[in-house]
Amino acid sequence: MSSNDTIRPAAGASPTPAGSNDSEPVKAIRLRHPWRNVFAVVLILGFALFIIDAAGRPAYDWPAVAQYVFDRRITQAALNTLQLTVYSMVIAIMLGVVLAVMRLTPNPVVKSLAWFYLWIFRGTPVYVQLVFWGLISIIYQSIDIGIPFMEPLYSFETNAALNTFTLAIIGLALNEAAYMAEIVRAGLLSVDKGQDEAATALGMSWFQTMSRVVLPQSMRVIIPPTGNEVISMLKTTSLVTAVPYSFDLYTRSRDISAETFNPIPMLIVASIWYLFFTSILMVGQHFLEKRFARGLGDRQPDRTESTQTGAITGTLPVIGGNQPTVVRPAPGGLPPINPPPRDPGPVNPGSGDVK
Amino acid sequence: MTDVNTQAGASVAGPPMVLAEQVSKSFGSNEVLKSISLEVRRGEVMCLVGPSGSGKSTFLRCINHLEVLSAGRLSVDGELIGYREANGKLYEMAPKEAARQRRDIGMVFQRFNLFPHMTALQNVMEAPLRVKGLPKAQVEQNALDLLARVGLAERSSYYPAHLSGGQQQRVAIARALAMEPKLMLFDEPTSALDPELVGEVLDVMKGLAKSGMTMIVVTHEMGFAKEVADSLVFMDGGVVVESGDPDEILTNPQHRRTQAFLSKVL
Ligand SMILES: Nc1ncnc2c1ncn2[C@@H]1O[C@H](COP(=O)(O)OP(=O)(O)OP(=O)(O)O)[C@@H](O)[C@H]1O
Ligand SMILES: [Mg+2]
Repeated sequence: MSSNDTIRPAAGASPTPAGSNDSEPVKAIRLRHPWRNVFAVVLILGFALFIIDAAGRPAYDWPAVAQYVFDRRITQAALNTLQLTVYSMVIAIMLGVVLAVMRLTPNPVVKSLAWFYLWIFRGTPVYVQLVFWGLISIIYQSIDIGIPFMEPLYSFETNAALNTFTLAIIGLALNEAAYMAEIVRAGLLSVDKGQDEAATALGMSWFQTMSRVVLPQSMRVIIPPTGNEVISMLKTTSLVTAVPYSFDLYTRSRDISAETFNPIPMLIVASIWYLFFTSILMVGQHFLEKRFARGLGDRQPDRTESTQTGAITGTLPVIGGNQPTVVRPAPGGLPPINPPPRDPGPVNPGSGDVK
Repeated sequence: MTDVNTQAGASVAGPPMVLAEQVSKSFGSNEVLKSISLEVRRGEVMCLVGPSGSGKSTFLRCINHLEVLSAGRLSVDGELIGYREANGKLYEMAPKEAARQRRDIGMVFQRFNLFPHMTALQNVMEAPLRVKGLPKAQVEQNALDLLARVGLAERSSYYPAHLSGGQQQRVAIARALAMEPKLMLFDEPTSALDPELVGEVLDVMKGLAKSGMTMIVVTHEMGFAKEVADSLVFMDGGVVVESGDPDEILTNPQHRRTQAFLSKVL
């Protein structure tokens, strides 16, 4: 399959360096796109008209929006919504990782169990699940912890132990975990099997292989859809009224508008806060993606380097050289044999953050 | 030297480094290895050649227990791989014990399999740090020395994606050496490389062989086999067809299948 001694290029047949002689830059009249411009102008005009109209339209009641957007009840509700989102997502991600790993184990019982979980929680609406969680204290009056069929070690009233906020988080998290499990599973499967093998061959345990090698690499695949899920979760929290929990952003603004008989500005107030959080989450996602793209982003820097001259000086390129690159002295003296390990240095395409 | 009963190597320096006795391996009904017996002495460099699908990779993977044997026994440095023997019975090893055995066996893959999210230095440091739990300063110094040894001192802070294939493979060799193995397995280490990068990797391997490392090398580089190997094993269809002195086999193959194969690769 891989006998590579068959074709060897003639010695000295090195590629010619690009850009050595000046060639004429292309001089051509650019193609015009008149309709593109007309279309853009129409769109901008239409949008401007909408804004001007909205600013003056009484039904929007902007003074009321301004009055309520920082209302204590609203800011508290916004905080609650944020907490619901964060707590349920954190639990969902952890449970999702567990479920994903369960689905990938060879043990058929464990595998089926995970599959069954997904079947239940993905197959029924969140709203229905949340109503169920609200009724949990009717189904299970008390929760006993201990050995089955023996006197329980701990026993507590469901109603007293789990308030509606907790139930809302449980409901959201368990539902979301089913989706996260699929996202994590796709991420784990995206990592080359050779990685697993290399880690195992080095004597790393299954857990070390997962946590140090496979999971970090799968992050690149896992993060973008997870970002989607977080944003989606932020909005799904508006369903917790089904539990019923009524101190989230949406339910709270509805309750206020029920008192003021002025629903539209309250909807705008809620939307402003949702948009604000979404924007923050998007920024966070951007940085996370960058963090986990280290070393995995651009695959052929040797090629791109010649085009993006600037920060990177010309000591690196190796391609095209016929001789192996064993310790080639940099211009201006030998490089230190033992460079400081984390020092980015002038020639360090590795620090992916400066791309 | 591939005869199981040869005592010559063993008498000099304890048990042979690798001793395979009637090793067989099947995937379902597909018998990939058929009763392979061979012996690798301490310090010996053995080249394993053969056509694609003959089971070379599978055999290497059996040696460090990445594959479980179907039949036979395999021991490394006198220690049975994957099983414990007590009162004439074999007990399957716990994953932890198998991992401990793998520490002493370095493996280099055709496709390098460097960890792409770690720099060259981090790749080399990972196993000594996490698996052996050695102090960081010592591990780092050792890793830098190893990278210098494979000619990549200046590339320590590069990510694999920013290294050429030959450089990546040299980092992979350094990574395996960082665990201070007593045996190195190479599975076609130069097959994925551009022809002009093959030499630099073979040079590192030659240096390693000279330093006395016991090595089993699956390769199509007959020049390397001739120059470096102490023994050569030709496999086809899951059996050892011919084995012995590399020069002998390469210049004067006895078996027809060996002749046919060599006429294609030489
Ligand atoms: N995990 C597996 N499951 C099923 N069959 C396998 C598996 N691994 C290898 N085989 C089969 O075993 C046979 C030998 O494979 P192996 O990779 O050992 O060959 P090889 O000699 O290394 O070939 P190559 O030169 O192509 O690397 C092949 O027919 C292959 O299809
Ligand atoms: Mg192979």
